[in-house]
Amino acid sequence: MFNLLWLQSAGCGGCTMSLLNAEGPDLITIFDSAGINLLWHPSLSEETGTEMRQILDRILTGEIRLDVLCVEGSMLRGPNGSGMFHVMGGTQKPMIHWVRELSEKAAYTVAIGSCAAYGGISAAGSNHTDATGLQYEGEIYGGLLGSEYRSGAKEKVVNISGCPVHPNWVTDTLVQLALGEFSEDSVDALGRPRMYADQLVHHGCNRNEYYEYKASAEQPGDRGCMMENMGCLGTQAHADCNVRPWNGTGSCTKGGYACINCTAPEFEEPRHTFTETPKIAGIPVGLPTDMPKAWFVALASLSKAATPERLRENATSERLIYPPTIHKRKR
Amino acid sequence: MSRMLVGPFNRVEGDLEVALETDESRVTSARVNSPLYRGFEQILQGKPAIDALVYTPRICGICSVSQSVACATALADAMELEVPPNGQLATSLVLANENLTDLLTHFYLFFMPDFAREVYAGENWFAPVRQRFQAVKGDAAREMLPSRAEFLHLMGIMAGKWPHTLSLQPGGTSKPVDAQERVKLLMIISGFRRFLENTLFGAPLEQIAELNSIAALEQWRDQDHWKSSDLRTFLHLSGQLKLDQLGRATDHFLSYGNYLQGGDKLFRSGQWREGVVSAFNPAHVREDLSHAWMEGSDQPPQHPTEGTTNPSMDNRHGYSWCKAPRLNRQVVETGALARQLVNGHPLITDLARQSGGNVQNRIVARLLELAIVVPQMEQWVKQLDPKEPYCSHGIIPDTATGSGLVEAARGSLGHWISIKKGKIENYQIIAPTTWNFSPRDEQAIPGALEQALEGTPIRKDEQEPVAVQHVVRSFDPCMVCTVH
Repeated sequence: MFNLLWLQSAGCGGCTMSLLNAEGPDLITIFDSAGINLLWHPSLSEETGTEMRQILDRILTGEIRLDVLCVEGSMLRGPNGSGMFHVMGGTQKPMIHWVRELSEKAAYTVAIGSCAAYGGISAAGSNHTDATGLQYEGEIYGGLLGSEYRSGAKEKVVNISGCPVHPNWVTDTLVQLALGEFSEDSVDALGRPRMYADQLVHHGCNRNEYYEYKASAEQPGDRGCMMENMGCLGTQAHADCNVRPWNGTGSCTKGGYACINCTAPEFEEPRHTFTETPKIAGIPVGLPTDMPKAWFVALASLSKAATPERLRENATSERLIYPPTIHKRKR
Repeated sequence: MSRMLVGPFNRVEGDLEVALETDESRVTSARVNSPLYRGFEQILQGKPAIDALVYTPRICGICSVSQSVACATALADAMELEVPPNGQLATSLVLANENLTDLLTHFYLFFMPDFAREVYAGENWFAPVRQRFQAVKGDAAREMLPSRAEFLHLMGIMAGKWPHTLSLQPGGTSKPVDAQERVKLLMIISGFRRFLENTLFGAPLEQIAELNSIAALEQWRDQDHWKSSDLRTFLHLSGQLKLDQLGRATDHFLSYGNYLQGGDKLFRSGQWREGVVSAFNPAHVREDLSHAWMEGSDQPPQHPTEGTTNPSMDNRHGYSWCKAPRLNRQVVETGALARQLVNGHPLITDLARQSGGNVQNRIVARLLELAIVVPQMEQWVKQLDPKEPYCSHGIIPDTATGSGLVEAARGSLGHWISIKKGKIENYQIIAPTTWNFSPRDEQAIPGALEQALEGTPIRKDEQEPVAVQHVVRSFDPCMVCTVH
């Protein structure tokens, strides 16, 4: 059996709620099939209070083997370094101390969601709780456990970032770990599993034809591309949301709103309104990934000039006005 | 007298600690501690007002949409924006999708597994209940999870994803539903209806929703074996363990009302006390800081429009990060039971007249709501008109105030915003579990759960009293919302 312990700290619990959405098969079947044994999970396990604290004690004494420690939510070091903004219920000990001690026993340590990975939403504003990720504080390597930290299997913290995570980003990673198929090469430079982080949200976006012609949405509900006006970062965001759908068929862009790049460190402080694209001289500040600026400007002005009426009209409408023309064979 | 510290208290959303004083057989006094502080009200200060739509749903992963609806409503109030009928219908559908999912999750994953605990091994009902409801291993969770996930496909169509959508806007929704999607929504809801009718109730939803008295409920229960459906199983356990005599709080209930269509709500707003429903006046809400780890604990309680949030561990009376909201200086309970009492459902009214607010009645009200709202969702989908607009548009005013009051699964949720120079000057949130799990107030009156726990029986040598587990989880607490 592959023993898994799951702890929650300064987050919303939404990554667990998303994990419960796993389908084909469901979460419990996945765990059963992969031989993953839940030592304890805050939303699922029977054990509470003393029973749960005994599990932690037995892990720390080495009586129970800890194969993977999953931490959801950011780590609160405040106020004044005390960690008192989250004292684990019933233990009178700050959560940051529990996580430091347990991470020393874990063969793998996995950050679940952008809060645990980088600090996330809990670190927004002036970060008055001194929130940090496990091994990153925003983009800076280090975090709670420090840059030197390596788990029992000599790995850095695995960062399954996202706000929330897609259920299968978590299940696929955990199954890889349980099967022994995980290696250093499985993650990108920010510690994110490459099976989702090697893609862009732009890939498979159903607004791609509007993007090609710069036929842009102007208001919530419009059908057009949301990059030019609505703050969409899909061309820069590392995730496979439009290839691996959410809740059956969904994604943020299919829901009619901007990708806010929630898998990236410091997404919580974009330095402008999330849903408005910052521009200089009418040109969006953030360019599509790997696109030279001069070419982008040239192509954008060319494609804008070539926008078919169908796309121009549909882009600023809630409803489809013009369907694509049907081509008839020449007789 | 002895003391007992229970925690971490799991199968609730977030972290929870309960300190109990006990005599040999009962809880004599309880103090409830919400041990996590993140500080969304501080994070929001100075942000562009529209960005509250990104931050506030992330207060909570289980009540995310409720937070979005409260926020969008507060912004619409500040913008003086009207929502078109399609926008209202879409908002109600997405909100109902989350609320009903949460009611189901609570019953199967959070509440029922406590009856599979070893402490009940001597009961004659134990073996089948353990087989069905044991945490992680039971059959029920394995049956329920796929139905839950498929029901949430409504979010995939209408909200992009769940949790944490940005589709809910002050003027309606950013996701217009077209004719094909409308048909698909009907199929998703019908799949969920089938699960509820076959597995949870063992009866058509309409039959459950129309149960109008205790006698009618008991007559229905006795028509089949107690193992024939999960509701009958619960009613059997409730009778065996006398759950109607466990966990009584103040019997003063509050609901903001829910599911706005035109000018009316499906569930009306109000308060219920001693069998009488009266109007709820939002001006009578105050937040008391006397026992919270907050600055200003010696100041008189403030209305949320004047509220402040400055954490400080210097308050020597403090024992929780949670503030203590009060309505006219009274402790009130909120949740599904409150919603149906205020709305005058005859079965729930009969139950409350007989035994007040207690573990059994809270659960019955929650399951009843599933039976009432699913048929409404089918009607709302049919009323969507793909030819009409889904969203109206406006601009954020330079200076304005607004409020958004909504019912989350677990009760009354309010957002109060004030905007200055287009930025958030103050943002105050009172969540359902802030009401239910508040600490004591300046009059030293305990909060609703604290009162409900007094008198709870303790078995010999129990370290984690099982009756305490039932009482706490009967409120379906959401601790991440509580403090936020």
